[in-house]
Amino acid sequence: MRALKTAVLAAAVGLGLGFGSAASAAEGVVPPDLQWEHEGLFGTFDRGALQRGLQVYTEVCAACHGMSLVAFRNLADLGFNEDEVRAFAARYEVMDGPNDAGEMFARAALPADRFVSPFPNEQAARAANGGALPPDLSLMAKARPYGENYIYAMLTGYIDPPADLEVPPGQYYNAYFPGHLIGMPPVLQPDGVAYADGTTASPERMARDVATFLAWTAEPMLEERKQTGLKVILFLIVFAGLMYGVKRRVWASAH
Amino acid sequence: MAAQQFKNPVVRWIDSRLPIFSMMNHEYNEYPMPRNVNYLWSFGAIAMLVLIVMIVSGIFLAMHYTPHTDYAFESVERIMRDVNFGWLIRYVHMNGASMFFIAVYIHIFRGLYYGSYKQPRELLWMIGVVILLLMMATAFMGYVLPWGQMSFWGATVITNLFSAVPLVGDEIVVWLWGGFSIDNPTLNRFFALHYLLPFVILGAVFLHVAALHVVGSNNPLGIDTKGPQDTVPFNPFMTIKDGLAMVVFVLVWAAFVFYAPNYLGHPDNYIPANPLVTPAHIVPEWYFLPFYAILRAVPDKLGGVVLMFGAIAVLFVLPWLDTSRVRSARFRPLYKIFFWLLVICSLTLGYVGAMPAEGIWVVIGRIATAYYFFHFLILLPLLGKLERPRPLPASISQPVLRGGGRLASGTVAKPMEKS
Repeated sequence: MRALKTAVLAAAVGLGLGFGSAASAAEGVVPPDLQWEHEGLFGTFDRGALQRGLQVYTEVCAACHGMSLVAFRNLADLGFNEDEVRAFAARYEVMDGPNDAGEMFARAALPADRFVSPFPNEQAARAANGGALPPDLSLMAKARPYGENYIYAMLTGYIDPPADLEVPPGQYYNAYFPGHLIGMPPVLQPDGVAYADGTTASPERMARDVATFLAWTAEPMLEERKQTGLKVILFLIVFAGLMYGVKRRVWASAH
Repeated sequence: MAAQQFKNPVVRWIDSRLPIFSMMNHEYNEYPMPRNVNYLWSFGAIAMLVLIVMIVSGIFLAMHYTPHTDYAFESVERIMRDVNFGWLIRYVHMNGASMFFIAVYIHIFRGLYYGSYKQPRELLWMIGVVILLLMMATAFMGYVLPWGQMSFWGATVITNLFSAVPLVGDEIVVWLWGGFSIDNPTLNRFFALHYLLPFVILGAVFLHVAALHVVGSNNPLGIDTKGPQDTVPFNPFMTIKDGLAMVVFVLVWAAFVFYAPNYLGHPDNYIPANPLVTPAHIVPEWYFLPFYAILRAVPDKLGGVVLMFGAIAVLFVLPWLDTSRVRSARFRPLYKIFFWLLVICSLTLGYVGAMPAEGIWVVIGRIATAYYFFHFLILLPLLGKLERPRPLPASISQPVLRGGGRLASGTVAKPMEKS
């Protein structure tokens, strides 16, 4: 009986999806299309922005959001040397074990470890955030329409709500978040972080830096991809040209 | 055995016992191709190339992928981040699915335009429709494997279609799932089948090519070849021509892989599957959109499913629906117009499939669906009787009748060498 009920429920869900609903109200607003250094055929990440973005993530976002797909060793891509990566990892503590005595033990993180998530599990994360789950940020720039443009627009998109809208406690009004009511407070405040390179930490600067950083965490092989692509495409164009010449010669005898 | 005499003694020894070299020579060296085929005829070879690339890249992905609901998403990300050139292999495979459908859809519409499904190529065409069905099943199950949100919810929608089967529908769905919801057993069997089906496709492609080489290729004039003056040997003429077409096609593929790898995908599939959160819009991959639009055109589940499968079933019986004996649309002034209307209809269905099923889109979807079936079920049988085709040229190399289509007059203007 339970099986039947589940199947019927699932079928109803399937049907509901199939024939749509007024879901478009929850669609986000199209964010402005910004210029990014990693765009285009020759795009490479702005290393300064990446390092500052890492700082914003670590000092602000990481209080609630995990980065579970990125390992500390990956930070070498940001222009850090091995010692710096090692020192950065050592700031975190990870659970390891069991050791020879059968005990679990805490140790300083190594470059091979992944970023440590702020909460041990989803329930803990929700309990600490008024029921909302702060999503893991590793893939955020690929998991949202408009990617880094959306991240920037959302982070800087906290505006006053329309007069007729009452924002429930624990929620905030955001111009770009789908549905507009977001559980995350506006976290980027002027000089919220003291940038190691001395850049003035305006909210816009921080949003841009962290969006660049998240574009990298989502697609760390972007530079390798574009550089390989250039060679592959150039080769294929030359190859196609040669093939065309040979084809003409071969077919000359048939015409 | 009238086997070919080869110079190399080893080749000769093998060939007299197992004539694979004779066969290769016969099918891919001497095989006569109509000399007037255009580049649309290269899409069969292109589809073959894509199939092989998909199988090879897929095998390498399978070496690193974990078909378990707890690990599948992360294992794909491991491929992207930690496996050497894993990002390249995955993006090639991911975009390869789209490229496969682009190639095959062009291949199919070429067949529709030039009447390649008509006598004596009916069986060849039907095997092709089977390949299309197999491809759709394979692509659908492959899309489930990364276990993202669209994977999970796409699988939910599609498997639930079978619950529309009268009486045993729900049992069929439970049987497909291997449980009472989409879960680990579902993912496991989809992985097993996604690995198996490409080899079934390969077998079907072999039959497709075998059937083709019995009756020979069609050509833009749609008339039979009359002798060696109408044909060129496959090698070197078609090998170089198909080769060039393949390189250009791979160029387009590479442009996607390296510069817009996620353009054809959906951002939601970078969110791990969550059975408790339904995405705002569940959209299938672009190549399923016309069928998705047909599915949603009927406000009844069973009706929608029947129409969706019917959209492919009409292709299966197309050789008997089209009553005209003239193959090429070049000589069918009315069919030519209706062919392009069908193309527009299919594109419209694809667009509607991507839109939310509300308001004007429902209406457009229904009109386009009705037209699609009208084209195959009513128009084609009547058109063969009503239409007055233009006179056909006597042969490919000597189009003696003037005004027989654009290429025919072009061929007249360009003197042909006769041997």
